[in-house]
Amino acid sequence: MSLAMFGPSTGRALTSSLALFLESQRQLAKLSVLDVIVIAVYFAMVIWIGFYLKQKANTSEEFFMAGREMTAWIAGLSFVSANLGSLELMGWAGSAYQYGILAAHWYWIGAIPAMLFLGLVMMPFYYVSKTHSVPGYLKLRFGESSRVLAAVSFGFMTILMSGVNMFAMAVVMKVVLGWDITFSILMSSLAVAVYVTLGGLRSAIFNEVLQFVLIWGGALLVPILGLIEAGGWTKLQANILANYHGLDYTHMWRGLAHFSSNPMGVHWTGIVFGLGFVISFGYWTTDFLVVQRVLAADSLRSAQMAPIIAAAFKMAVPFIVILPGLLGLVILHNPDGTLMHLVGENQVNLQNPHSYNEVLPLMLVRYCGPGLLGLGITALIAGFMSGMAGNVSAFSAVWTYDIYQPLINKTASDKHYVAVGRWATILGVVVSIGTAYLVMHAQGIMDYVQALFSFFIAPLLGTILLGMFWKRATSAGGFCGLLAGTATSISLYVWVKLDHAALSVVAFSPDAKDMAENLYRALWSWVVCVLVTIVVSYFGKARPLAELNGLVYGATVIPNEGPVPLIKNHWFWAAIVIVVFFVLNLIFF
Amino acid sequence: MHGSGISIWFFIGVLLAIYGFLICGYGLYEVATGTHANVELWQLHAPVWWGGVMLALGAFYCLRFKPSRG
Repeated sequence: MSLAMFGPSTGRALTSSLALFLESQRQLAKLSVLDVIVIAVYFAMVIWIGFYLKQKANTSEEFFMAGREMTAWIAGLSFVSANLGSLELMGWAGSAYQYGILAAHWYWIGAIPAMLFLGLVMMPFYYVSKTHSVPGYLKLRFGESSRVLAAVSFGFMTILMSGVNMFAMAVVMKVVLGWDITFSILMSSLAVAVYVTLGGLRSAIFNEVLQFVLIWGGALLVPILGLIEAGGWTKLQANILANYHGLDYTHMWRGLAHFSSNPMGVHWTGIVFGLGFVISFGYWTTDFLVVQRVLAADSLRSAQMAPIIAAAFKMAVPFIVILPGLLGLVILHNPDGTLMHLVGENQVNLQNPHSYNEVLPLMLVRYCGPGLLGLGITALIAGFMSGMAGNVSAFSAVWTYDIYQPLINKTASDKHYVAVGRWATILGVVVSIGTAYLVMHAQGIMDYVQALFSFFIAPLLGTILLGMFWKRATSAGGFCGLLAGTATSISLYVWVKLDHAALSVVAFSPDAKDMAENLYRALWSWVVCVLVTIVVSYFGKARPLAELNGLVYGATVIPNEGPVPLIKNHWFWAAIVIVVFFVLNLIFF
Repeated sequence: MHGSGISIWFFIGVLLAIYGFLICGYGLYEVATGTHANVELWQLHAPVWWGGVMLALGAFYCLRFKPSRG
């Protein structure tokens, strides 16, 4: 899940890092020839895949939906990889350093239940309706106005976010390696443009699977060596406690009874309902960037299994993200032997030159020599590219199917729409680059762009859930609910920006901090969306039941794909994942 | 993936094998010459075993998913 949606202010932190870099001309690491070869091999591979798959992207179904031929494993790994950007890796590692294991909530309760719900309950409706996109489902269920509202907001924000991430990645490369910002932006974005334009969604998915393997190959060594150096988990816990008296960095739930008893300033209700329900379900079940990967599955069974496979891997991600952050608390030392203290964006200076977000690169540099360092850097680049490819391929599909086709040219040939999709991909990359440069010259807008993205997710969840599970919901109800929910989210954001004291009202406590505002704002906007949809729907006339077949629970016959052995049953694997999920939460309670 | 053509797992195998070869090779060079990079825990020779694991996995995937002729 994107850090930008509710995470700490990555933008300002990165900006501070850049300013300090420009001041001191420092860099964390220097690449050897072997590292450069490792990075070059990766770029050669992704371009090769793009050219190879060009021959398999001739029809719109092939270009936008990868021919709906992906197996559960490929769709599942791609599903989780499209979300696993490098900002995500570094940002949450930094959050783990800052807040401790609380950050793992965004990987467990903030992802797993929603992913399982998508696979077990929602996927049949997306899949059976044969929609090409989430806005496409809204069109089928609520009509054209809801589709256009969702498509325009999604397309616009996806591209802006892609640009913001691109700039942030370039800043990271500058701080870590001293690379020129323009070089980083052009190198990565052109590679993405080539392979997505040529091979469409299939190419994006193939590369995401490749990138997923690379991210693990490049990042897994850090926690392994870190745990060896720290003397194991128990000793790590003891040392954290010794170094940071009174602060509980290694328990997930004990400090959540009150806003003031944990470093995040959140309450368990915010984590469970705001994060675990609204934000998590909103992102994982309605954000087309991730749902598109599952829609490309070769069968309903694969489409249902893919999010469950993804959930299993998602549960393991804290090992390569959260654990390095915790290890950094006790392992990182200054050259004089004293414990290194990473600081927030406002405290970065020549005495404390590293911010929280640099913890992962610092750990990487600590253990990785020639070759392995290149692999780690490649993992970061791969993470960025998978995120960007996800953005532009989703933008291309939404632009073509949900904006261009219904509003501009309804009757063109299939070949024409493929060409439009290719041009939309290029356009998406160009606009992303433009956004990156815009952010570079007016860095204050970075956090606003990130906040904008969060405005649409929570209300969209309300609209989709009511559309899927309530036959009485009407077109007017869906549209008004979506609009009112979005307006609520924007209003609350502006209110807190103008008067920070409003946070205590939005989040129900004077002790609430910024993170809590994100959680409760999402909750409020979802509640308003649902209430408005229900009220407006009761004033309108519901659609006949026959028209809701394939769209709504209770009006749809879910195809039965026949009995399968237990080992291939998605309910069986979902049960295992949820048991592991509870066990992990109990272990780290 | 279904159908003819090169499997994604083959691409992954090729990449892992190349990386494994390069990294393990460098690690063996370090062991043979007694030199080492300026990193913590260098004495564990991570490039040798990490590269070795990648090379073995890559070779397995290359063989298991090699494109069929014709």
